[in-house]
Amino acid sequence: MQIKPILAALRRHKAGTLLIAMQIALTLAIVCNALFIIQERLAHLSEPTGIDEANIFVVKNEWVGAPDTIKVDAMMREDLQVLRQVPGVQDVTPSNSYPLRGNGWDDAVKLNPEQLQDTSGATIYFADEHFIDTLGLKLTAGRNFRAEEIGRMDMRYKLAPPVVIITKALADKLFPDGNAVGKTIYLIGGPGTVVGVVDLLQAQSVDRWASGFAYRSVIIPERLAMSLGSFYIVRTKPGQRDAAMRAAYTALFAHNPRRVINDDDGMLSFTEVRSRAYERDRGMAILMGVISVVLLAITAAGIVGLTSFWVGQRRKQIGVRRALGATRDDILRYFMTENLLISFGGVLLGAFLAIAINLWLVTRFEMHRLSMVYLLIGVVILLLLGQGAVLAPAMRASRVPPVEATRSV
Amino acid sequence: MSGMFVHNLRLGAASLRRNVLLTALMIMSIGFGVAASMVTFAVFRAVSGDPIPQKSSRLFVPLIDNRGPQYNRHGEPPSALNYVDAMALMRAHKAARQTMLFPVGLSVMPDDPHRMPFKAVGYATYSDFFAMFDVPFLYGNGWGGEQDDARAPVIVISRALNQKLFGGSNSVGRQITLDDRQYRIVGVTDTWDPKPRFFDIFNGNLYADPSQIYIPFTYAMTQHIDTYGSNNCGSDGKRGDSWDSWLQGECVWISPWVELDDAAQVQAYRQFLDGYAREQRDAGRFNWAPNNRLRDVREWLDFQHAVPPESRISLSLALGFLVICLVNTIGLLLAKFMRRAPEIGVRRALGASRADIYRQFLAEAAMVGLAGGALGLVLTAMGMLGLGLVFEPQIARLAQLDASLVLLTLLVAIVATVLAAFYPTWRAAQVQPAWQLKSN
Repeated sequence: MQIKPILAALRRHKAGTLLIAMQIALTLAIVCNALFIIQERLAHLSEPTGIDEANIFVVKNEWVGAPDTIKVDAMMREDLQVLRQVPGVQDVTPSNSYPLRGNGWDDAVKLNPEQLQDTSGATIYFADEHFIDTLGLKLTAGRNFRAEEIGRMDMRYKLAPPVVIITKALADKLFPDGNAVGKTIYLIGGPGTVVGVVDLLQAQSVDRWASGFAYRSVIIPERLAMSLGSFYIVRTKPGQRDAAMRAAYTALFAHNPRRVINDDDGMLSFTEVRSRAYERDRGMAILMGVISVVLLAITAAGIVGLTSFWVGQRRKQIGVRRALGATRDDILRYFMTENLLISFGGVLLGAFLAIAINLWLVTRFEMHRLSMVYLLIGVVILLLLGQGAVLAPAMRASRVPPVEATRSV
Repeated sequence: MSGMFVHNLRLGAASLRRNVLLTALMIMSIGFGVAASMVTFAVFRAVSGDPIPQKSSRLFVPLIDNRGPQYNRHGEPPSALNYVDAMALMRAHKAARQTMLFPVGLSVMPDDPHRMPFKAVGYATYSDFFAMFDVPFLYGNGWGGEQDDARAPVIVISRALNQKLFGGSNSVGRQITLDDRQYRIVGVTDTWDPKPRFFDIFNGNLYADPSQIYIPFTYAMTQHIDTYGSNNCGSDGKRGDSWDSWLQGECVWISPWVELDDAAQVQAYRQFLDGYAREQRDAGRFNWAPNNRLRDVREWLDFQHAVPPESRISLSLALGFLVICLVNTIGLLLAKFMRRAPEIGVRRALGASRADIYRQFLAEAAMVGLAGGALGLVLTAMGMLGLGLVFEPQIARLAQLDASLVLLTLLVAIVATVLAAFYPTWRAAQVQPAWQLKSN
């Protein structure tokens, strides 16, 4: 295929050529950034919590009145007993938070009380000896809390538990040489000895600000007994979650009606927790997907429109070429190659534009750098799209009969 | 002139009908582009609007650094005050109006035993709150300064709570029981829910459900009512174990607001804050130079990144989208107009001026724009329904397709299309009559 005559012809259609190339460039720039955002969000929302999500639900229990911490602790223990009696319930633990909740108690961890800068941030989970079993965590080193180690704590107490369990991610950060068990860590309130390490437990927030300590958590052997209330995390036997949720609600109110369990977020299955936590990420991915598809469609339509116009304009020339011996394939190939040349120009410009947009997003919205893979995927998509779009008009061109050369208008 | 305009429109319509595919492509392109940008703009407008435009430049958040450079994040003081500093500002009374506030969640036990108890969420604050934030009242009023001083168990409830508890009747003077404490209702607010809720950014309640109750801060203190929101204790751990040591500690949990009417008052207040910080340093509480902030509502929203980044990203993407659709339209219009070069040549040869050609083709483009705008409206309306998929329901429901958005959609579509038509029209007007006549 001779490229020279094509270039010569394009020079006569500067405006149209430029417009198609620009459109391809802009589309590439937006589509590969959109693809990248989609992939980032999807990866984010498939991060594991490390817990037995399918069989867990969470009760947000608030007390009526302002009972003191001793009273609250007693009522919480009664509630835990009540929940254990509910058919289908396997285990229960009280806590101040749970993975994907969004906010809660975050603390700073140091290795030495004199240290000015924290060694790491960490999510604080208050727990009793049932915490590990209820969430379905895997203890990889050391031991679980003993029943007699579980204390009672008010919101305003200093956080200084004698023993703690930490996640493997935190252990790796604090003690890179391994063997965290037996070591001492310092929370704001004071020191605690690590007695166990659990494998995987996500932090309560998956927002960007908390990404620095995403899987670093400290489990504290205390019931956080505040008059404001707390969470009961319940694990059920497989397949019995929904029935157990309804039964638990009734049982709690039957035992003590002086409580508030909100209609909208008082009882949440973990499936619901997950979908709420990632609402924005999912939404963003959908939005980007829709935008990409519509954009590609519009660009394709634009190519079809302009190429059809060119074909219409050049019917006579095509007729002449056919009369001079060019085959239908030659004509078809001519238009395909023409489109390919324009597309190449477009994607080249688009690649620069894509990187520029990404850099802007990086500085403005703390996004990550665009991986070249997405750029490549975008380039391939657009080249294929161009070839696909030009196919119909090119076929029409190839069907122009040689006799067209003799027509004057 | 108007006769000519109508003639141009007729010519345009005829030409558009002649090439249905191209016309449809253009209309769709504009429709999609405009709809995408309008939907995202509606969200952006909803979340980035000024929540209290009449006063946003006169309401300020004073912040005092009680942590020092060692524990600060990027040198900024914490985003709220501790009790000691909050009380110092209230006592000093240096602003025209001032209030402190923190969220409270109190349980309502309905008299009817079949109804479940529920939480009424709102704020503990001072009497100036209502005047500062222009809270509208349905019945009664806010409480007065003397009730602040008396630590009186009074309460203002929202219209919605009044509806739920009293069926909407005037409940001023009646008692309600919250968490076993009796409150006397002094006012019922009309519907009032500024979005974002600028006065409680500290607790992240920007798009939360409307608040239902307001009680005196001073009364909440006598009853040891805890914050229903966050507290931030920084890294020095002066937390305190009892109610009193908690109040004396350095954890921040109170959002402060002052009303200052002009630049001189703002300047004076800054000086007052610095003076206060110096006093605290001299007293040995701070060992750092005064590091205070005084931001008005807009600066505060900006600083706290109150506009969700999703809406900014999607707005800029949607604008890019619109640009692509316009480039597309330019190309299609070019194809369309140039195809009619012979016709233009004939018209020019018969005496039509360049200006005539301009008018004719721009009128045609305006019609495409109008049609694109109409399609864009339909798509925008559909997009609004789908917003819940992308944004949280609290944010999605703020965006509305109102008259101004409808108008804007049509306007953007027409203006954009006419702008896009300039180049193709210019090209069309360049057609040489003689050359066209000769070649054919």
